[in-house]
Amino acid sequence: MSTPSPKGQLTRDEVAHLAHLSRLAVSDEELDLFAGQLAAVLDAVAQVGKADVADVPPTTHAVPMTNVMRPDAVRPSLPRDVVLDGAPAAEDDRFRVPRILGEEA
Amino acid sequence: MTDTLVDYDEVLTRYEPLIGLETHVELGTASKMFCGCSTTFGAEPNTQTCPVCLGLPGSLPVVNAVAIESTIRIGLALGCRIASWSRFARKNYFYPDIPKGFQTSQYDEPLCTAGHLDVEVDGETYRVEIERVHIEEDTGKNLHVGGATGRIHGADHSLVDYNRAGIPLVEIVTRPIPGTGAKAPEVAKAYVTELREILLALGVSEVRMEQGNLRSDVNTSLAPIGSLEWGTRTETKNVNSLRSVERSVRFEMRRQAVVLDAGQRVVQETRHFHEDTGSTSEGRSKEEATDYRYFPEPDLVPLAPDEEWIEKLRAALPELPAARRARLRDEWGISPTEMAWLVNAGAVELVSDTVAAGADPADARKWWLGELARRANDASTDLGELAVTPAQVAELIGLVSAGTINDQLARQALDGVLAGEGDPAAVVESRGLAVMGESDELVAAVDAAIEGNPDVAEKVRGGKVQAIGALVGAVMKTTRGKADAATVKRMLEERLIGS
Amino acid sequence: MSDVTATDITTTSAAALGEALRAGELSSVEVTRAYLDRIAATDETIGAYLHVDAEAAVESAEAIDAARARGEELGPLAGVPLALKDVVVTEGVPTTSGSKILEGWRPPYDATLAARLKAAGTVLLGKTNMDEFAMGSSTENSAYRVTRNPWDTDRIPGGSSGGSSAAVAAGLAPWAIGTDTGGSIRQPAAVTGLVGHKPTYGSVSRYGLIAFSSSLDQAGPMTRTVLDAALLHEAIAGHDPLDSTSIDAPVPVLAEAARRGAGGDLAGLRVGVVTELGGEGHTDGYEPGVLARVAEAVALLEGMGAEVRQVSCPAFDLALPAYYLIAPSEASSNLARFDGVRYGLRVGDDGSRDLDEVMALTREQGFGPEVKRRIILGTYALSSGYYEAYYGQAQKVRTLITRNFTTAWDDVDVLVSPTSPTVAWSIGARVDDPIAMYAADLCTLPASLAGIPAISVPCGLSEGLPVGFQIMAPALADDRCYRVAAALEAAQDAARGRALLTGIGSKENAPS
Repeated sequence: MSTPSPKGQLTRDEVAHLAHLSRLAVSDEELDLFAGQLAAVLDAVAQVGKADVADVPPTTHAVPMTNVMRPDAVRPSLPRDVVLDGAPAAEDDRFRVPRILGEEA
Repeated sequence: MTDTLVDYDEVLTRYEPLIGLETHVELGTASKMFCGCSTTFGAEPNTQTCPVCLGLPGSLPVVNAVAIESTIRIGLALGCRIASWSRFARKNYFYPDIPKGFQTSQYDEPLCTAGHLDVEVDGETYRVEIERVHIEEDTGKNLHVGGATGRIHGADHSLVDYNRAGIPLVEIVTRPIPGTGAKAPEVAKAYVTELREILLALGVSEVRMEQGNLRSDVNTSLAPIGSLEWGTRTETKNVNSLRSVERSVRFEMRRQAVVLDAGQRVVQETRHFHEDTGSTSEGRSKEEATDYRYFPEPDLVPLAPDEEWIEKLRAALPELPAARRARLRDEWGISPTEMAWLVNAGAVELVSDTVAAGADPADARKWWLGELARRANDASTDLGELAVTPAQVAELIGLVSAGTINDQLARQALDGVLAGEGDPAAVVESRGLAVMGESDELVAAVDAAIEGNPDVAEKVRGGKVQAIGALVGAVMKTTRGKADAATVKRMLEERLIGS
Repeated sequence: MSDVTATDITTTSAAALGEALRAGELSSVEVTRAYLDRIAATDETIGAYLHVDAEAAVESAEAIDAARARGEELGPLAGVPLALKDVVVTEGVPTTSGSKILEGWRPPYDATLAARLKAAGTVLLGKTNMDEFAMGSSTENSAYRVTRNPWDTDRIPGGSSGGSSAAVAAGLAPWAIGTDTGGSIRQPAAVTGLVGHKPTYGSVSRYGLIAFSSSLDQAGPMTRTVLDAALLHEAIAGHDPLDSTSIDAPVPVLAEAARRGAGGDLAGLRVGVVTELGGEGHTDGYEPGVLARVAEAVALLEGMGAEVRQVSCPAFDLALPAYYLIAPSEASSNLARFDGVRYGLRVGDDGSRDLDEVMALTREQGFGPEVKRRIILGTYALSSGYYEAYYGQAQKVRTLITRNFTTAWDDVDVLVSPTSPTVAWSIGARVDDPIAMYAADLCTLPASLAGIPAISVPCGLSEGLPVGFQIMAPALADDRCYRVAAALEAAQDAARGRALLTGIGSKENAPS
C-alpha cells in the first residue's frame, strides 16, 4: 500500500488488508460485499480530487483555538472495583487478556 | 552466542558505525498528560485511572500545562527551535497497553526541532544533533503470566495495569551521529548521561532509570569503511541503564559484523536488550510494522507558544550541566580530563552533592571513582543506583579524616551501608569498626608482634627500618584491621628504635 | 390535582409543562407517569427507546416534587422529563451507542450535558435508539431494534437520532437530546415534524458523547417547538474545561431570541437561499413536494419583511464526498478503543486464540456492517500513501466550504435550504445502497463541515409527511437560527390554526 490505486478502486485483497489493520475478522462473503460497496463509495468520495485546492490550508478544527491547557493538579481517580467492573476478564486487580503474539512491550 | 561475535577491535578494522538514539523521558508532573490522575510510582494496579486514561467511550483529553512547559524547557536546554505552531497527532495501532487504540503523540508538527548537545569522550567533543523533541503519553504495563520469568513468549495470558497509561512522556530524537568510530558505544552512553544531567538540572523528571523514567531506543548500523552509503540499522528498544546503552551498541556492532562478514544483509528490525547477557535478540521485523495512520488529533487544539512565554522560560532556565561542570572544575581544581572521568562515570552530581554534604572534593572524587565505581561495576549497575547517598559518603569520608576509621574499615562500613544497616556512623558502631586507640589491647598486640618476629625486630633495631612493615602487618592482622597503621608504626618505632 | 389530561401532558410543549410544574398545576410525578404510561402502551410499536427505567424516573420525579414542596429554588426545567440519545454517557445507566459491542455497559461517569440536565432537575425517562455509533440516516443501523416514524409506521424516523425524533413526535418524551455529525439531529427532526438544532461546534460539551467524528460531533435539542429547543439548548450549552474544543464564551441568549422571533417581525433580515441545495440546476434527488414547501416557507419569511436573495456556494457540491472521507477516518480511530480489553463485548476468548484473533472476532461480531464499512473506508483514507489524496484533500475542501459561508455572510444574515431532499422513506428501501442513504445528508453536511449552527423547523407536509426547513447562521450566531425559525413556526401555526404535530397519524392531512 505505497501508491494509491487508480480512480479509487479497492481490490478484494486491499479490503482484506484494511480489515486486518482494523482488527475486523471479516468473512469471505463480507469481503466480496464490502469490496463492491466500498468501490462505489470510493468512486463517490474520490470527487474531492476535483477541487482546486492549491494553497488552500486544511481545516482540522471548525472553530480555531490554541493553547487550551489545564493546570497540573491531581484529581481523584475512579475506585478500582468500578474500573474493573466492566472488564470482560480481570485477574489480580488487572485487566486480563489472551496471550499476546508479537512485539515484546 | 557471544563466542560467535567478531572481536570489537576487529570490527573497527573493516566497518564504520553509525548510531542514533530516541530517548523517552517520563516527566515528573503531579498529574497525567491528559487527565488529573496521579503519576505516583508504585501504586496498586489500576488505582490511578479514570475515564480519560482508561479510554472509556466519550472521554476527552485536556493537555497538562506543566508538561508542555517542561517539553519547551527541555527543547531550550538543547538549543532547539521552539515551534510557533505545534499539534498533537494520533498514532493508530492496536495493543492492550494503549487504552484508546491510538497513542496521542506528535507527528509532523513537534514542539521543538533542530537542537544539539555536545558530549565529551576521552577529551574529544562530539556534537550530537537533536532532530526533535516532542510530547506524548506513556502506555500501560503488561504483565505476562504463565510463561518463563514474565516474558511474552510462551505466556499463557497477560494482565494489564493502566496506572502508567497517560503519564507525560517526552521523546528526544537525535539525528544519526557520524564519526564516532571506536568510541560509538561511549558516545552513546555519554549522550544519554549528559541528557540525564540536563533533565535533572531542569527538574522536569526524577530520571530514575530503574523505574523506567528514561528509556532509550538505540539505533546502530555498520557500513564498510569507505562506503558512501550507511548500512541497515537495527533499533534496540527500551534500553534503560547508562551501562546498557554502551553495551547494546558494542554488542550490535559485533553482531552485525558477523552478518556482514558472511556476506548477508542486516535485517532492519527492532531488537531487545538483555541485561543479564549483554546481548540483543530479534524483535518484530520492520517489514511487518503497522501503518500508524497518523492524523491531527481532533480532540485537542494546536499549541502556539508565543515569544513572550518562550523567552520567559528561557530566562528561567537553571545553570546547565556543561556550564556547571566548568564552574565545578575551577572550584575543585581539576583538569578537563579528570572532569570527563566524573562525567563518564555519571558522578558529577554525586560528587557535588557529597562535597555539599561537607566532604573534601578530592576525597569525594576518590571515593566515587574508586571504591564506589568498583562496587557499581561488580553489581552491574550505575553509580547513581547504588544504595548509598552522597550524604552517607560524605559521612564516611568525615569518619576517615577524623581518624575514627581508616580506609579499610571504611570499606567495611560501606558494606554495611549498602546492606541497609544504616548510616556509616551507625554501621561503625554496630559492627564495632572504630580504629583502636593506644589501648592496652593494642600495646599487647604490638608487643606480641615483636616477640613473635624476633628476626624482623632485630633487623629493624639494626637499622633496616623498612622491615618494620612486616611488623605493622602482623599487628593489623591480629587487630583485624581496626588499628591505625600510622599509630602502630609509631609505637613499634618507639619500642625498637627509640625516638 | 390539575384538570390537564394525560393526552394533554404528552402533546404539550416542554415549556408549557415547565410552567404548569412551577405553578403547581402539575407534579413531576404526574407528568413522568403520563409519559411512562404512554411508553408502556405504544413503544412496542414505535421502538424509540433502548432503555427505560420507570422506577428510577419516578424516583427522581418524586425528589423534584419534594424539593419543590420544601420551597427550594428550582430551575425552569425542574421536573420536566427528557430522553437522551443512547450516545450520551450516563452514570450507572446502560449506554450502548446502538452497538452490540457495548451491550450491558454501565458507565462510571456522566457526560457533561447529562450532568447539567440532571442538575437542572430534569427527569431521565430513558435512552433512545440510534444508528450504531450514529452512522446512518434511518436508525436502521441500530444493532437492537427498528424505530418507526409516528407519522407512518412503515417509514423511517430519520437518523441517526431516530429514537429521539420518534419519541418526541409520538409523545413518548416532551423533548430529547440528539447528536449531529452530518445531520443526525436535523434530518430526523425534519422527517418527523420536529424542531432540531445543531449548535455551533464547540458550544455544547462533547465530554461523554461517544465519539463518531470528533471534529464534527455536536449535541443539541430535538423538540416540538422552537422555544423548547432554545430552552433545552441553553441548559446544555456553555464552556466545559473537560472538552478542549469547548468554546469559552458566555451561554448565548436563545429563548429570548425565539420569543422575539415569534413576534413575526423580520424586517431587514437578509435571507440567502442556497442554489446548490435544491435550487435551479440542482434539483436532482429532491422531491418536488419538498421544494414546494421550502419555497412557500421562503415566501412566508419574505412576507414578514425578510429580504430574500439567491446565494451560490459552489463548494457545497463537494460536501458529501468530503464528509464521507473525514467522518469515517476519524471514526476508524475513535472506534479502535472497542477492542474487548477494558469494557464491552469480548468474543472467542476460549484459551485457544491469541489477543489479535480475539480482538478481530470481537470487533467483527460487535460491529454492524455500516460501521465496518466506514472503519475500513476510514482506515484506507488515512493510510500512508493515500492520506493526502483523501483525508488531506477532504480537509482542504472543508476550508473551501467554510470560505463559501464566509463570503455569503457578507451579504446575508442566514442561509436557508431544505433540511432533507426527501420526506421519510420506507423502512428497508435504502439499506443495501450506502450511496442512496448518504444522499439524505446532502443539505445538512455543509453546516457540519463548517462548524456553524443550523436548525431544522417544520414547513408543512408533502404526501402527508413532514418537510423540514433548514436555517444556517454564522458561528456563535445560534440566536439567529432560533429567531427566524420561531417566526416561521408562528406564521405557519397561525395559518394552519394548530401546530403541525397535532396532525400526526392522519395521512389525509392536507399540505399546509
